[in-house]
Amino acid sequence: MHESAPNYPAPRRAAQQGAGLPRLLPATPEDLRAHLARYGPLPYREMPGLLIDDVETAGLTGRGGAAFPVYRKLAAVARARGNRKVIVANGAESEPASRKDELLLRLAPNLVLDGLQLAAEAAGVTEAHLYLHAAGPEILRALAERAARRLDRIDVSITQAPPRFLAGQETALINRIGGGPALPTFQPPRVTERGLGGAPTLVQNVETLAHLALIARYGPRWFRAAGTGSEPGSMLLTVYQPHSKPLVTEAEIGAPLASMLPAGQTGPGPEVQAWLVGGYHGSWLPLPDAAGLRLSNESLRPFGAAAGAGVLVALPAGRCGLAETARVVRYLAAESAGQCGPCLNGLPRIATALAELAGPKPRRQVREDAERWAGLVTGRGACHHPDGTVRFVRSALTVFGPEIARHAQGRCSAANREPFLPLPASLPTREEDWI
Amino acid sequence: MTGATVFWYASRATGIVALLLLTAVLVLGMVVNRQGRLPGLPRFAVTDLHRNLSLLSVAFIAVHVLTAVLDTYVSIPLAAGVVPFASGYERLWLGLGAISFDLMLAMIVTSLVRGRLNRILWRAIHLLAYLTWPVAFVHSIGASKDLQQGWLLGLTVGCGIVVVAAVAWRLAGVARQVPRAARVAHMFARHDATSGQAAPRRTRQGASR
Amino acid sequence: MADTLRVNPINCTGHGVCAELLPELVSLDEWGYPLVDPRPVPPALDRDARRAVAGCPALALRLTRAEEPASR
Repeated sequence: MHESAPNYPAPRRAAQQGAGLPRLLPATPEDLRAHLARYGPLPYREMPGLLIDDVETAGLTGRGGAAFPVYRKLAAVARARGNRKVIVANGAESEPASRKDELLLRLAPNLVLDGLQLAAEAAGVTEAHLYLHAAGPEILRALAERAARRLDRIDVSITQAPPRFLAGQETALINRIGGGPALPTFQPPRVTERGLGGAPTLVQNVETLAHLALIARYGPRWFRAAGTGSEPGSMLLTVYQPHSKPLVTEAEIGAPLASMLPAGQTGPGPEVQAWLVGGYHGSWLPLPDAAGLRLSNESLRPFGAAAGAGVLVALPAGRCGLAETARVVRYLAAESAGQCGPCLNGLPRIATALAELAGPKPRRQVREDAERWAGLVTGRGACHHPDGTVRFVRSALTVFGPEIARHAQGRCSAANREPFLPLPASLPTREEDWI
Repeated sequence: MTGATVFWYASRATGIVALLLLTAVLVLGMVVNRQGRLPGLPRFAVTDLHRNLSLLSVAFIAVHVLTAVLDTYVSIPLAAGVVPFASGYERLWLGLGAISFDLMLAMIVTSLVRGRLNRILWRAIHLLAYLTWPVAFVHSIGASKDLQQGWLLGLTVGCGIVVVAAVAWRLAGVARQVPRAARVAHMFARHDATSGQAAPRRTRQGASR
Repeated sequence: MADTLRVNPINCTGHGVCAELLPELVSLDEWGYPLVDPRPVPPALDRDARRAVAGCPALALRLTRAEEPASR
């Protein structure tokens, strides 16, 4: 489990408002009986193709950050040849700022496990895994209750993920479940063709499976009743704002970000200086320019941002955005697998450059170096760690450009040097840290 | 040795040249591994030379074996070239030669189909080079009185010294390698040390092969 | 026959032989790692591309048939 600094407690579920929400999160943890009472029985279809069609019509995309159409993965595994097929429910929420999967697994584990069984049935899966940083009592109880009722058609094995940023990466998790370290591999064939032990493997985020479990019950039209035409449904968010504990909430895709985050001036001075959308591989957004944006990739794309895994941060005005960014990039660099030359060489250099930009009187050359190195690492790793890091860095250099100019003159607009963005205390140093 | 024939001389001569070539091939292989350079030559020269000299060595050894078989002064069956200890004459020393040649053939055949072979398997077989050379070396000294005296002895000892030095250099390279989990920290430490200058040297992720 | 060159960045240790054998399509970055032209290999360079693939000491260079999407 992440020990987050600075001192953020376990997240609370926000009191919900809005059409048809919440869909996924009950107010308190629900055991199997309460779950079945609320949602009805687990609707096995007995015919694989039906659920895939419904998921396609519903337009469900992955909620792990990549937003890949779910029906395509299901169909790919369903049509793959072979006796052995695998599903992995990915609950390894490796993004330090994201707490939504953790809360979902605590409040509605049965919804996730329903989705796991339904997806397994649809894809013809023979082997199921649940991949987590730490298996809490609620998920263990849910598995036991379901086993007692013989509700699950496939047994679920739990594999523990190490507290690494890359632990939730698709090939890394397959490596880990296979008994090795959680290190990404270079895999030209997609994991849906050759994954765990060479078998076609379906990897889905736990939130995605929860949505799927509801689509199976209520149908695609119900799912599309929320969200936008091109990005239907709802998603879970982890929200950080000044003077508040982190909250997990569920929102319709397409909802205005300003309804979830403070946008600026609420009192005498500006309270919020910038937004971070999408987590530490996401993008900073300038205020007030971005104040009108919506929670959808369509709305965010022109600003070089995406919803990602639903992390929203409102950075208070009294902090230094460069310092926050530098701390995060130092963490991201330390979490590199160190397997690929460009990432290994580029990320630490970028981190050091940002640290200098965050300090007094950075040399002029440092920003150019950072931008050059950012260009050099993009797309040249076995996974997208360098790419995501560069997206985050470039957005910071843009949004906090004026701050860079101030630092160049030896000034900083921050009054508060305490860290705002959460980061784990320990970094990996030994091979065992990856297992 | 009375009645020495052309074949016998040819076998001895090609044997000596083969030993020199194999020494060069082994050393070049280590140079490739450590990404070393031959002065004035491009990088691909090292890899190409390593490959071409290894093929040349096989050619020389083939002639070396064939001429020994064709020589009528002693009776050596053709099979003794690849089947260890199949020769009545100098069974042990020639047997070592056959072993060494077999290992060489395994390395070369696997290298010719490298693209289709599992990398770990290819590497494991290729590391047999460190067994192949010593066996060939012992075969050379044991099977030939020539190498046991005079300047040929000096040449032979010279090859041995070169290989020992090269292996030491190779092992030093292994010792310098940073384990994967420590590479980033190592990178940061180096960068902080050269505080501020964009370090031109790079951190290599070395043998994850 | 649209073959493209791809580097396996985990196997690549920056020997740099590829850049010497195929300078038209491969150059080296400031750390010695290859920057490979992502476009399909022109037919005239096909033989040189195959030589470069065969010449990589780490077997890190591949010629792949179609556009392979990278893993996520």
